[in-house]
Amino acid sequence: MEFYLQLVISGLVLGSIYALVALGFAIIFKSTSVVNFAQGELMMFGAYFCFSMVVQYKVPWIWAFLITILFSIALALVVERLILRPMIGEPVISIIMVTIGLSSVLRSIVTAIWGTQIQVYDPPLFPEATVNLVGVPTSQVYLWSFGLSAVLLALFAVFFKYSKAGVAMRATAFSNQVALSMGIPVKNIFALAWCIASVVSAIGGILIGSINGINVQLGHFGLKVFPAVILGGLDSIPGAAIGGLIVGVLENLSDGVLKTTFGLSGIKEVAPYVFLVIILMIKPYGLFGKKEIERI
Amino acid sequence: MSVAHCGDFRQTYKDDMLVLRTRFIRIAVGAFVLLLYVSPLFLSNYVTSTMTTIAIAVIGALGINVVTGFTGQISLGQGAFMGVGAFACSYFMRVVHMPFWLAMPMAGLTSAAVGMIFGLPSARLKGLYLAIATLAAQFILQYVFMHLDAVTGGSNGIPSPPPEFGAFTFDGDRSKYYLTITVAIAAVIFTTNLLRSRSGRAFIAVRDHHLSAEIMGVNLFKYRLLSFAVSAFYAGIAGSLWGMYTGYISAEHFTITESINYLAMIIIGGLGSVLGSIFGAIFMTLLPQVLTVGTGALADIFPKIGFLIMSFKDGVFGIIVILFLIFEPDGLAHRWRMIKTYWKLYPFSY
Repeated sequence: MEFYLQLVISGLVLGSIYALVALGFAIIFKSTSVVNFAQGELMMFGAYFCFSMVVQYKVPWIWAFLITILFSIALALVVERLILRPMIGEPVISIIMVTIGLSSVLRSIVTAIWGTQIQVYDPPLFPEATVNLVGVPTSQVYLWSFGLSAVLLALFAVFFKYSKAGVAMRATAFSNQVALSMGIPVKNIFALAWCIASVVSAIGGILIGSINGINVQLGHFGLKVFPAVILGGLDSIPGAAIGGLIVGVLENLSDGVLKTTFGLSGIKEVAPYVFLVIILMIKPYGLFGKKEIERI
Repeated sequence: MSVAHCGDFRQTYKDDMLVLRTRFIRIAVGAFVLLLYVSPLFLSNYVTSTMTTIAIAVIGALGINVVTGFTGQISLGQGAFMGVGAFACSYFMRVVHMPFWLAMPMAGLTSAAVGMIFGLPSARLKGLYLAIATLAAQFILQYVFMHLDAVTGGSNGIPSPPPEFGAFTFDGDRSKYYLTITVAIAAVIFTTNLLRSRSGRAFIAVRDHHLSAEIMGVNLFKYRLLSFAVSAFYAGIAGSLWGMYTGYISAEHFTITESINYLAMIIIGGLGSVLGSIFGAIFMTLLPQVLTVGTGALADIFPKIGFLIMSFKDGVFGIIVILFLIFEPDGLAHRWRMIKTYWKLYPFSY
């Protein structure tokens, strides 16, 4: 029983980070209808940048964290202005391909600067001692990650519901043209969406980096977020959060169960995609996604 | 767009449907095909073997162009479908003892069947969602390649026996080239003809406006699934040829990077154009080679930043894709048409 409980807890932690990255993905998709395949690379960039600050320049954590956030905002602005803005109005496939190209550029920059070895945050972000959670020893990194993700998700939910910028973003998501005619600066909204996505990804990258270590494989994490966003509905922000949690738990449980009963290894890598196909067949627009109804 | 010659009248429907319209084009294409067959006699083994990889890439690119360029369904799984073909072909030859000329189409059909399974969500999905479904297909198939040891040899890979025809074994660079280029030419001819058929026109109708297509009596699900099957069939053929070319297949070749490469090929070459698939395949096969030579030379000149330059190879690929999408969104095929139109009337452009 404790084994399963442990799986569920680590699944929830993983899921909360999925949720965070999925949130960034959903924000970009909702307001700019760009599918961002470079989400994982944004994560990786943030994680490595923070590593540089903390380990190489010995900046205290709190400052390193803030500088990383400023850096990811700058990165997002550059990317949005140089690459995504010329693509406005192009077909979906071109936009998908441009973000794929972007991801390989970002990855090569990261390997050029930081190499390909696994790096570890030293000093660690959170204390290493384990605490007891309903009888299961859990490391504090997990608790902190879960808590931080939950706080950020709640914060953004409030932001979208009540703040002026949040309402403007929802209006832009509904219709670019109507938003423009109401005096909303749509281009700035696009830039803002990229900034938010980049910041939440960078935070997700730092969290997952302090759990598993930072390496170039983080880029694949961005692709594993797809099942979460599809389950939640591509354009739904609460959906991203719930989808992330469900996929994280399911991934860990199926991995643990199949490993103990059938001796299959590496299910973790593929399980989210199997769920993805199943979700697409049963409920293609996810739990909270906007259904596109077409009738002749 | 294209300018017809003086006196090039088309009086019958048959005339209008001709692929090679004028005598000049017929001669030019004939000469080009002849050149393809004769040139290996004068070229080095290295160049011949590069041309073989280009021919394989042409087949794969034609496949993904059928599903993405013509039917408008984005596929991110071409690399994995190639893997299915390669492993299936090797399995049929080693275990079932089929001859290559039978194993290759069988591998294509296996791949097509797998492609149809993952194309099933296209009944309800389109565009973006489908791209993500094929992405899932890519990762699931990659997992199967690594763990279905009996067929794929797991992480070690598995040998692919050379094809035999009577007493002749295709194991030299030239013989492999001739086999591949023949299949590639057949694939080009088949695709060109497919696009003039009912199915091809249905594909294009689905891409241009799926609702209008349905009103016109095109069964959306059937043709979407068919395009997936055709695309995966091409991938299977390309995969079996790849197995023949390398002699040893390992799962590491058929990753998401390979799928992205194929998608990049048709975008750079030109979506929805047979010629574009060929241009894209040539470009994307030669690009890494040019980059390797270029970065190698640069690293020799500046040994201190050699590592830096080498790691930027990947980045240059990304930059080229981005620049193409921003500045040449219609691809090389479009540029080629522009050049032809310009020279056709030169120097009197009006």
